[in-house]
Amino acid sequence: MGYKIVKKAELIPGQTTMMVIEAPQVAKKAKPGNFVMLRVSETGERIPLTIADCDREAGTVTIVYLVVGKTTAEMNTLKEGGEFLDVCGPLGRPTHIEKSGTVVCVGGGTGIAAMHHIAKGHVEAGNRVIAIVGARSKNLLLFCSELSSFCPELRIATDDGSEGHKGFVTEVLQEILETEDEIAEVVAIGPVPMMEAVCRVTLPFKVKTTVSLNSIMVDGIGMCGACRCTVGGKTLFACVDGPEFDGHKVDFAELRTRLWQFREQEEESMEKFSQECQCHGR
Amino acid sequence: MADKKSKKVRGRTPMPHQEAAERAHNFGEVALGYSREQALIEAERCLQCKKPLCREGCPVNIDIKGFIGALVDDDLHGAYDIIRKTNSLPAVCGRVCPQENQCEGMCVLGKKHEPVAIGRLERYVADAFMAESACEEVTDLDTCALTRADRKVACIGSGPASLTVAGYLAGRGLKVDVYEALHEPGGVLIYGIPEFRLPKTVVAREIDGLKKLGVTFHTNWVGGRTITIQDLFEQGYDAVFVGVGAGLPRFLGVPGENLVGVFSANEYLTRVNLGRAYDFPNHDTPAYRGRHVVVLGAGNVAMDAARTALRMDAKSVTIVYRRTEEEMPARKEEITHAVEEGVRLSCLCGPVLFHGDNQGRLKAMTVQKMRLGEPDDSGRCAPVCIEGETEQLKCDMAIIAVGTRPNPILLEATPELELTRWGYIAADPETCETSIPNVFAGGDIVTGAATVISAMGAGRRAAAEIAKRLL
Repeated sequence: MGYKIVKKAELIPGQTTMMVIEAPQVAKKAKPGNFVMLRVSETGERIPLTIADCDREAGTVTIVYLVVGKTTAEMNTLKEGGEFLDVCGPLGRPTHIEKSGTVVCVGGGTGIAAMHHIAKGHVEAGNRVIAIVGARSKNLLLFCSELSSFCPELRIATDDGSEGHKGFVTEVLQEILETEDEIAEVVAIGPVPMMEAVCRVTLPFKVKTTVSLNSIMVDGIGMCGACRCTVGGKTLFACVDGPEFDGHKVDFAELRTRLWQFREQEEESMEKFSQECQCHGR
Repeated sequence: MADKKSKKVRGRTPMPHQEAAERAHNFGEVALGYSREQALIEAERCLQCKKPLCREGCPVNIDIKGFIGALVDDDLHGAYDIIRKTNSLPAVCGRVCPQENQCEGMCVLGKKHEPVAIGRLERYVADAFMAESACEEVTDLDTCALTRADRKVACIGSGPASLTVAGYLAGRGLKVDVYEALHEPGGVLIYGIPEFRLPKTVVAREIDGLKKLGVTFHTNWVGGRTITIQDLFEQGYDAVFVGVGAGLPRFLGVPGENLVGVFSANEYLTRVNLGRAYDFPNHDTPAYRGRHVVVLGAGNVAMDAARTALRMDAKSVTIVYRRTEEEMPARKEEITHAVEEGVRLSCLCGPVLFHGDNQGRLKAMTVQKMRLGEPDDSGRCAPVCIEGETEQLKCDMAIIAVGTRPNPILLEATPELELTRWGYIAADPETCETSIPNVFAGGDIVTGAATVISAMGAGRRAAAEIAKRLL
């Protein structure tokens, strides 16, 4: 008895995939900023993924992932109609959303999907949302149509200038911070270097900046401390104290180091999986 | 039966073990269990006291004299039935209970000689009974059919406390649903206690027994997130038992603690036990394989982590403890096993600093030499720093096993639940009822980290009260 994949779409071929998974008990409670722990098979590893969207009536949650290791590679072999063995959630503290004025939501990579859910929450709360999404190139952008459906102010940045501003999201953000009067909050979700760069940009403007940390997790429910990070000099757990924190207080250097803890084993696992796939002609 | 006058009292029948040198490199069970002959010899040592004290020492009140008597009469089924009357998890308790402080600590024989090996006999009865596949007999659905299907009870968490509640109430005809946050039921019995002390097949068998009694297990349901206590009452449950365990690992607050290579014992054990990291890469969950491992703390969890590290091919494993071996909170048997297997004890040392290399990986730690001072609040001698005396230990992995604090998930979702000043759930010591009517709690979320059997004792008290109200 698993969790059915009702929809699977390759957003960026070979890289980024979206799945809509049937998990009514999770969908019923999920809020922007929450994550789920997933497991593919009996021998699989539990991995955390941020909830990119949820549909309470259909009883589904949406996840978007980049193939970075064995588990995500194996997830890519699952088909529409197939099943996850385990889906657990919603976990983590939801995003703090209240009517606060203008909120800038910055997303990069698969983080755009998670950011989209938070941006939607802010719009529903009556906030003016300016969304900034970035990628290396136009064909690597995600969720732009979904975002623009509820957020009229969508700004795009691509490294090669194939769409929108040529350059980084931080440059667009800098311009917004300089021109807009009152920004209540900046929310940044994406690769660690991007979130770190966003925090550097917002710091001189003294704008509250929230980041969502993608630490390594084992249980996702506070039991192990694998996801611990230093925020304002204190050790906190991303799973129960976060995953969102005040970006100006996060020790990003430590986070980056901790994300690589299991690099050797991850490579070994991926290597084994690739060989098995070749053997089975997948 | 032993003739008190004529017979010289025999010593305890030794427990067969895997040899230390061999077992330190495998995850097979360390204690192999009595044979039938050994069990009968040991059972005959029991004096069958008129007023047995052993039973008073048992948190779940097993009729020890009764089951040993049945064993002497070669009535295995009878012995099992007697144990199961008050204990839902005999194969587990026979392995992990600290009997020396409980039943065996009260045994009259123990005053002058060695006490009867009650725990080993309990394990023998459970294992032998299971091996005969006789469980069908006692868990036959016809005899255990739901008699009050209109009354149902929810347990949050599936560790020893909840399993006890489930076993007790399902055996009396109530419908019990257990909600577990992880993907596998059993709680600490699955993620915490290693395979070599408590094989997962033993836990699975006990859980299968409960399923046959009609208990339903829902995995991936997080109490306070996926489902709240209020949700459960809205869904028609008549009572809720909260047994969510101890929760968050404590860290030391020492510089360098977040270096790569420093883990909580909970993380390390969860990876190896729940994630089966000992079988990586056949199982996907990895665990760090340190060559020189230091374990901070000296409780049962520290012993489990140290012995696991040995089995994960560590070249050296050292337990660093602020007091002396005498004060170690772990069971003597666990300390002995660890030392036999090659774990080094570095006593009167406190952690001061973790050193990393330029890539943020642990390479050494500094410890402060201590001496014992005056007894503190806990009654144990307090460790006192010896100024200026420090030592550096080379290590590429450190495991922190200094206890836990309450997991906030369910508590934050249930603000009306009253807490103790330590942040655990306040529950009536007799009935285990919390500040919310018909919500009961027991185990580590009430007491803080304790033993499997004390959690089961609380489960039994809660279940008895629930049964009184619902039946």
